[in-house]
Amino acid sequence: MKFDIILAGVGGQGVLSVSAIIASSAMQEGLAVKQSEVHGMSQRGGAVLANLRLSDRPIASDLIPRGSASLILSMEPLESLRYLEFLSADGTVITATNPVANIADYPPLDEVLAHVRGLPHALTIDAESLARKAGSARATNMVMVGAASPLLPVRFETLERFVQTIFAGKGAKVVETNLKALHAGRAAASE
Amino acid sequence: MNEMVLLGDEAVALAAVHAGLTAAYGYPGTPSTEILEYLIRRRREHGGPRAEWCANEKTAYEAALGVSYAGRRTMVTMKHVGLNVAADPFMNSALVTVNGGLVVAVADDPGMHSSQNEQDSRVFADFARVVCLEPASHQEAYDMTREAFDISERFHIPVMIRLVTRLAHSRGIVTVGEARAENPPHRDAHASAWVLLPGNARRQWRALLDRFDDIRAYVAASRFNTAEGGADGGFGVITAGLARNYFVENLEDLPARPAHLHVGAYPYPAAAIRAFVAPLTRVLLLEEGYPYIERALRGIVPPAQLDIQGRESGAVPPDGELNPDIVRAALSLPARTGVVVPGLSLPNRPPQLCAGCPHGDSFHSITAALSAFPDAIVTADIGCSTLGALPPYNAIETCVCMGASVGMAKGAADAGYHPVVAVIGDSTFLHSGVTPLMDAVAADTPMTLIILDNKTVAMTGGQPTLRSSSELEAVVRGLGVPPAHLHVVEAHPRRMAGNTEILRREVNHRGLSVVIGVRECIETAKRTKQEQSAAAARE
Ligand code: SF4
Repeated sequence: MKFDIILAGVGGQGVLSVSAIIASSAMQEGLAVKQSEVHGMSQRGGAVLANLRLSDRPIASDLIPRGSASLILSMEPLESLRYLEFLSADGTVITATNPVANIADYPPLDEVLAHVRGLPHALTIDAESLARKAGSARATNMVMVGAASPLLPVRFETLERFVQTIFAGKGAKVVETNLKALHAGRAAASE
Repeated sequence: MNEMVLLGDEAVALAAVHAGLTAAYGYPGTPSTEILEYLIRRRREHGGPRAEWCANEKTAYEAALGVSYAGRRTMVTMKHVGLNVAADPFMNSALVTVNGGLVVAVADDPGMHSSQNEQDSRVFADFARVVCLEPASHQEAYDMTREAFDISERFHIPVMIRLVTRLAHSRGIVTVGEARAENPPHRDAHASAWVLLPGNARRQWRALLDRFDDIRAYVAASRFNTAEGGADGGFGVITAGLARNYFVENLEDLPARPAHLHVGAYPYPAAAIRAFVAPLTRVLLLEEGYPYIERALRGIVPPAQLDIQGRESGAVPPDGELNPDIVRAALSLPARTGVVVPGLSLPNRPPQLCAGCPHGDSFHSITAALSAFPDAIVTADIGCSTLGALPPYNAIETCVCMGASVGMAKGAADAGYHPVVAVIGDSTFLHSGVTPLMDAVAADTPMTLIILDNKTVAMTGGQPTLRSSSELEAVVRGLGVPPAHLHVVEAHPRRMAGNTEILRREVNHRGLSVVIGVRECIETAKRTKQEQSAAAARE
């Protein structure tokens, strides 16, 4: 079993937390994991990409080869289209529909979403409103983890456990919001 | 056995602790920052070992030298271009008789994700004649760092750990070993080994060169250099650093397994390389960085005997970071393709100043103040403020190296331009802007220095600056900047008109002036607030 994930978004959207939760859960379940992050310059509102590789065999490269990602999980619709060269023929794109239009030439959102929906396996999620309903727009990235969860080779309970661990330091309220967001994302993906 | 999930940077940091580290120093720089951050966090939680940010890489290196002189183990961390700043102590420290283990952890940035060049620190290690270990996995990052301290004490030289972005910032599993105790302080009796007067220096240099055969022999036998036979006739592959992983990634698609030599320890094992290529007719060099071994090999073996392929032959691109697909092409395997959507063209999303960033307000003031001077020159520096080069600001013209804005402004003014404005962040100013400002004070250069004081080292994630914001003015005044032309203003939209007026006046002044624009970085302010409310929620 090999499951390569491209995590995409814009600096500041919490791509690294998404990566951390999935990676820790996979390790907990005994999978080999390589997780490559981008720090520094591009975190300043630029395009952000993380490579996350899960496998039941040792993994050599930290970077995902072209055409082999099982999933592109994006926090932002335009960014979900940026790394399609890495997606395998039967791979899935899951993206939040909420744009970060911090560039002058951002294309019309309808066009962007039409491109996503035109892909063979795609799922679009209004993650921000689901997160708000769960208690805070800041939990948008956990909605996206939930939305990806049916495809991930890890048990949902393990993801829940790590959401608890990672947010424990921020108080019970934050943990609850993020757990709710996780569930909301999963429910939306199963609709 | 104890397994941990660590960033490559963190594996280096933890290994240093387990090797008996007494003190570590550094200056933040992507992708090396997390080494010292991990140690600083650990010190907060466990009370030690000592870990501190310094004014710059040179001062950090010198502090580490002092620890080594005192017989204890020490590490200094920096990004590749930081080693240029620390080059003076680095080069000379190869000549002293290192006492306590001294490890230089340098993180290179092939592909320039967050840097102004992609220099390869293996070349620097060679230049200084020291040992360099280059991990290709998290486990190696840990194991090599531990061993580096032993090598340093055994051969009395500094040892470099060369990291690259993709290992520094990737997470993997590390099996850690037993911790070793710190060295007790013990000064070496032969202090003259540290007094590099010409007479001593000549002796020390010769002694290093005499030791070098032993060093070479030790490295040649290192478990980090490995050779495997192949089944592809006369074809073999030499990998260095992370290139090994990209090679292995493609291995199962190759019709036959080529012979493979991996180099992880330097000085490169010349005899092993010679023996490896002897039966070959074609060798491919895959190095994450410069064609360093490749160039050496071209000097060792006549081209008629061996077809040497690599960055210099064009088999691998001459610049940039490697990845599995580039290595795949170099191995003549068919390219993999992903999903292609016809007619899709995406706009780029370059990094930019955060919404509400104080620098944005300063750039607006600068542009307004200079609007009457189409000939004005604006030099700038490293850090978030460099983003002023991009739209919508387009406010700065240069970014070369830490502190260069100040000296370059002096030079441009000396060359006859007026007005000349230098823009620098507070941390970059403390790192390398103070000394060139002294030059400008001495000459009363007609230029205006604008220090953007956001109270933090923002670009690398908000480390504290060495002197606090309130002390900055005193530092500048102490250099002799005339008080009448030294202003501290608040970089806030509501002060825009007043700030622009002050700037307009000062750029007109035919002498040196300094304006410090103060407002905390939005990101740092946000983080502080979050930490406070999290602490409140826990109570
Ligand atoms: S991190 Fe701070 S200094 Fe850097 S762009 Fe954002 S607000 Fe400005």
